[in-house]
Amino acid sequence: MNERREITLTINDVLYTVMVEPRRTLVDVIRDDCAQTGTHIGCEHGVCGACTVLLDGEPVRACLIFAVQARERSIRTVEGLQRGEQLHPMQEAFTRHHALQCGFCTPGFLMLAVGALEKWPDLNDKQLVDILSSNLCRCTGYENIIKAVRAAAIQMKAQA
Amino acid sequence: MKPASFCYHAPTSLDEAVALLAELAPQDGRILAGGQSLVPTMAFRVARPSHLIDINGIAELAALSVTDEIVSIGACVRHAAFENDTVSGVTGTLLRKVVENIAHYPIRTRGTFCGSIANADPASEWCCVLAALDGVVLLRSHRGMRRVPSSEFYRGVMTTALEEDELIVAVELPMLREDTVTGFVEFSRRKGDFAIAMALAAYRVEGGAIVEPRIAIGGAEPYARRLQTAESLLWGQAPGEAVFSAAAEAAASAVEPMEDIHNTIAYRRGLVRTLVQRALEAAK
Repeated sequence: MNERREITLTINDVLYTVMVEPRRTLVDVIRDDCAQTGTHIGCEHGVCGACTVLLDGEPVRACLIFAVQARERSIRTVEGLQRGEQLHPMQEAFTRHHALQCGFCTPGFLMLAVGALEKWPDLNDKQLVDILSSNLCRCTGYENIIKAVRAAAIQMKAQA
Repeated sequence: MKPASFCYHAPTSLDEAVALLAELAPQDGRILAGGQSLVPTMAFRVARPSHLIDINGIAELAALSVTDEIVSIGACVRHAAFENDTVSGVTGTLLRKVVENIAHYPIRTRGTFCGSIANADPASEWCCVLAALDGVVLLRSHRGMRRVPSSEFYRGVMTTALEEDELIVAVELPMLREDTVTGFVEFSRRKGDFAIAMALAAYRVEGGAIVEPRIAIGGAEPYARRLQTAESLLWGQAPGEAVFSAAAEAAASAVEPMEDIHNTIAYRRGLVRTLVQRALEAAK
């Protein structure tokens, strides 16, 4: 039973049928087997948040769940945020407010913030900071990330 | 940084899960619920279980139910379930105060209440709640079911009364009386880190005097527990700074703190004094 097994993952509404060992984490399979490399791997033990994806709408650490556990679930990654050529309001806001420098942590922050605001559109500043404290950014000092998420929250509500 | 190979089992019933556990536990088979402590440990290869029994597909273990007397928390109920008002009353309010201290939101969406109890990390907030409220742990194996009170559940650091073939199916917490006030305070150096110490205080007031006081500490000792010597100083007293200080001092004297490279015994003792005082002051 530790040999590879066939599973189907639904990533951004696209089905991927892959053969994986049970020990493979979701983030590894998303990147290596499904070729969706927008999701990044940082610490691989749940501390940095770079691999954050939405699992049935909830932000999760994709390094702390095995891919076999995500079968028959809806997975959303950074590749699924934009609509055609139109960036998601969160992506627009990150650009406008200079909320990234090297960009390594950005996909995780985007999915975390989108997941939180889709669930709670009216987060106050304290709640927002509390949620964003889950992910690490070593470049920005966080202020611009907070500004961007605040701005995107207004846009997301306007478009809802 | 990649987990070692294991055999994956996904039972869909409790009977199937405990049968698998009975068979596989002697071969280092382990239960996988939220995985937020187990999977990082496997990534470091500190844990290399040969079998994982994933209980997330067992519908009956996802139940969170509330009656007039008891909150019953099934094995797969996530931390995040306590962030809204699903659990009513004073106990629900207390669980909401506590949950925001647990790790970070994306961890709380996966990690489970009962998993924290089974893992028994000294710094687990839920272990402190279980001890403070005298909850009961429901254990199931192929041999049957047993109920273990919180005071008999913990044995040491990450060590419990769980037998290797037993699974926590639920934890029961009492519904506190509506006039109970509660406070919870913990200290860690960074948001979401393991707490160095925590304190939970609860009491009622009858005729101006404190009755049924509860003071529990976590993080400071190998496992969370109530401190009866500190509680006894509160009984029958009017709530106020002097009596809270006396209880905090008694708590600091009663604890036998763990020591590590960052925290001396004296430092943790001082923290317990401060946190007990603050938990009592914060209780409302």
